[in-house]
Amino acid sequence: MFRIVKDLVRYNREFALGAVLILLVLAMSLASFFSPYPAEMQYIVPFDSPPSWHYPFGTNSRGQDVFWQLTFAIRNSLAFGIVVAALSRVVALVVGLTSGYLGGIVDRALMSINDTFVVFPPFPILVLVYFIFKDHMSWALLAVAMASLGWPYDARLIRSVALSLRTREFTTQSLFSGMSTRQILVEEHLPYVLPIVFATTMNNINWSIGLEVTLSVIGFTNIDTPTVGTMIYWANQHTALVAGVWWWIAFPVGLVIVTFIGLYLLSVSMNEYIDPRSRLSRIGGTA
Amino acid sequence: MTPALDPDPSPADRLRAAPQTTAALAVDRLRAYYMTHYFGVEREVRAVDDISLAVRRNEIYGLAGESSSGKTTFLKTVAAAVRPPLTVVGGSVRYGFLDRDIYALSRAELSAIRWRRLSYITQGSMNVLNPVRRVRQSFVDFAFRHMGLGRRAFFAAVEAHLARLHLAPNVLDAYPHELSGGMKQRVTIALATICRPEFIIADEPTTALDVVVQKDVLAMIRNAQREIGSSMLFVTHDMTVHANIADRLGVMYAGRLVEEASTAEMFAKPLHPYTAHLVASLPKIGDPTRKESLSGAPPNLADPPTGCRFHLRCPLAMDVCRAALPALTTTAPGRRVACYAASPLVTPSAAGGAKSLGAIQ
Amino acid sequence: MAGYAVYVLRRIGQFVLVVFVGINIAFFVTHATPIDPITAAIAAATRFSQADPQAVQVTREALRELYGLQGNLWQQYVAFWMRVAVADFGPSLSAFPTPVSTLIWRAMPWTFGLLSIATLISWGLGNLLGGLAGYYRRNVPLKAFGVIASGLQPIPNYVMAFVVLVLFGYVWPILPITGSAQINLPQGWTLAYFHSVFQHALLPVLSLVLVGTGAWFIGMRALVSNIVTEDYVTYAELGGVDRRRILVSYVMRNALLPQVTGLALSLGLIFNGAVITEVVFGYPGLGNLLIRAVYAGDYSLVIGIASMSIIAVAFAALVVDLILPLLDPRVRAA
Repeated sequence: MFRIVKDLVRYNREFALGAVLILLVLAMSLASFFSPYPAEMQYIVPFDSPPSWHYPFGTNSRGQDVFWQLTFAIRNSLAFGIVVAALSRVVALVVGLTSGYLGGIVDRALMSINDTFVVFPPFPILVLVYFIFKDHMSWALLAVAMASLGWPYDARLIRSVALSLRTREFTTQSLFSGMSTRQILVEEHLPYVLPIVFATTMNNINWSIGLEVTLSVIGFTNIDTPTVGTMIYWANQHTALVAGVWWWIAFPVGLVIVTFIGLYLLSVSMNEYIDPRSRLSRIGGTA
Repeated sequence: MTPALDPDPSPADRLRAAPQTTAALAVDRLRAYYMTHYFGVEREVRAVDDISLAVRRNEIYGLAGESSSGKTTFLKTVAAAVRPPLTVVGGSVRYGFLDRDIYALSRAELSAIRWRRLSYITQGSMNVLNPVRRVRQSFVDFAFRHMGLGRRAFFAAVEAHLARLHLAPNVLDAYPHELSGGMKQRVTIALATICRPEFIIADEPTTALDVVVQKDVLAMIRNAQREIGSSMLFVTHDMTVHANIADRLGVMYAGRLVEEASTAEMFAKPLHPYTAHLVASLPKIGDPTRKESLSGAPPNLADPPTGCRFHLRCPLAMDVCRAALPALTTTAPGRRVACYAASPLVTPSAAGGAKSLGAIQ
Repeated sequence: MAGYAVYVLRRIGQFVLVVFVGINIAFFVTHATPIDPITAAIAAATRFSQADPQAVQVTREALRELYGLQGNLWQQYVAFWMRVAVADFGPSLSAFPTPVSTLIWRAMPWTFGLLSIATLISWGLGNLLGGLAGYYRRNVPLKAFGVIASGLQPIPNYVMAFVVLVLFGYVWPILPITGSAQINLPQGWTLAYFHSVFQHALLPVLSLVLVGTGAWFIGMRALVSNIVTEDYVTYAELGGVDRRRILVSYVMRNALLPQVTGLALSLGLIFNGAVITEVVFGYPGLGNLLIRAVYAGDYSLVIGIASMSIIAVAFAALVVDLILPLLDPRVRAA
């Protein structure tokens, strides 16, 4: 796997660019541990001052340093996205591998469930959840809710890989040597499926951060936790744009766009690397 | 020409240049390599490495060889269906009905001869027909512009052609997925012969079919060829099919032609050890002898061995075999072989390889 | 033809399943949790004042009837389904006594209109350009378009809508950024009204199209690059079939099939995007209605919108799925 990553970085421009962007974002998140100001405190620096040497991203109307707030915000948003992606990967893998491998009626049943969930529009359902739980709403609950809506598309992709693996020889060999279904799925098939899981994870992180930002901006999450979305929420509450405090909005939006593009590039380049037919065109076979 | 139920297309269409030889197809010192660069590694796979042969008029020339011998690549080059990373590096491909090398044609000229003069039959069980269109649409796409007929007359001609090949006309209304493998292959043969081309390339047309259907399809191909009088280049690894249908036979190994003779002579007395092995491995009813398999594997075409490409697996290998590539030499009328052990006339090849063909016997 | 009938039945069955599971989820989220909406509503109402206990009791009963929360869980379940069946969720609390269904039906056309136009443009344009880009690989303008599309595609709908809003609302204010039409303009089939509607729809549609086109473009381009290597395409090229006909009849026709399926699968996401975009632009569709319902604590309206959203998207997916066999003869046989 390490050799693959090294090859990708050296020869695949998209992967290299994506990796650079994500490293940047990770650096910002890690910087949060060195922040001179705690995340929750307000009115600790003079407010509404534009970006300068002293305050590289300026300060906001709540008296917080935008740069250091952003480090917390991106860390929290990223962590949230990763948790949701991890949870939904588990479901997607279980459903996809089992469905693809066992086939038959199990496959039909699981795919029916899959097609049911894939149709649900996440936003109205999450708003409904927020509406019911209001003050009892927590990040954990939101993560669980989002994970339960974010798995079906990727489960289908994993299933198609599993389907092709089922007919390969090494599967029959494992079966005849007495491995249980669970053993076969975990020890033999999983390594083949991991690259596509990696690609879909990047996508899923994008999706969940996007949804988190959307909900937070409207105020439907715990707005006291600094995330990219809540930063924008507070900026809107203080009518930042009208008041001319553009840096309060621009930097969070800019950084989150960098995150999205970086993750997307990683996922796309990984996908292209896996697909043998696209490899042919990269070998120099573009007609 | 047989009395045609489909009228002859206008003579103005035909580019009848004075033929230089009587050959329907003359390939001279053809070389085509796959040039790849992937993640910093450059490779040159010599799939077709210096091949010269000629196909006469009204004959079926069989090309035999195992997989990765370069047969399919050869077909692609001869049909001018070359796509990167495959590149033609040297040599020429001249058809009897053209006055120059096929690669010297402009795109419009090439489009004009496709199907009308040069058609192609492939492994029919795969999907060569557009899956979302009925069969009749494929006939329209391929042949309508060449026939020069009105729509009604065109379909009448198509149905007559199908009838002659013993195909029911309602096959035109079917979708490809509704036809069996054998049926699809028959339809493809009908499609390839409807314009009565001078040259037909057949690429493993019976390989994916079961033996019973194979027999019928082969008969159909032979009848069609005899009726139209076209020449055919027939590629398959199956020697029994060659025995059945080919007039002359050429054997390819590792990108080069190693032997060429009439089918009867090839089977009766194969000169090259590889051909001998191929012929001997065919099962005969009542023959109890064991069939030995060749040791080793075909060479890596990106890095072929020095000398004769077969010498690592050859039971007759000598020192000279390891040193220099043998040239494809004419040892008797209608016979060519590239093996030092087969004939003392065979000498190491010059930089080009096989001696140029010159006049055809 | 029998194959088609089986396919249709199976898809309708799936539709019924989706609605069933979806509405059940909506029910259990709202009714089977320890949070009691009535207590929350009462608490909100009596936060800053003293309340006569009897009045509170009467309000509690009234709310219970309004929300359909009378009786035990099973009775509530049955009552809930009956409401869904006739699409009547009772009167809205914030816009009393207007029924919830009226509010929904009023908002639905705006969402539907936004969605259809944006989807039509992004799916159509994305597939067309993506198909051409996959076939004519060296064409520079198409390549450039591809790079831009890749760049815009990962940006989530909210961020894109926000950026469009800022660009055209503040930086370069040439288009209206809220509402569906000019407020004092009378509704009706007049040119002035249509013009105003068009102007107001422009930015939301633009925002949706910018995000959506990229995904279809990239998918189509990849599909076409693969299809170009398929046997029937190479054979057609060997046959000298006219290049344009190959592009349309052999390549695009076959590439569109998975894209139609993809459309059915993406409808949930597309609806999601439309709803979010409405919130940013104050477009009077379901999204906006939903947010205001939450702010106003309008229980029936929120549930009504959530339920109807699920049903609407499921129905749209059904329609798209039923169109597929008309395009792909292989599905009819299966």
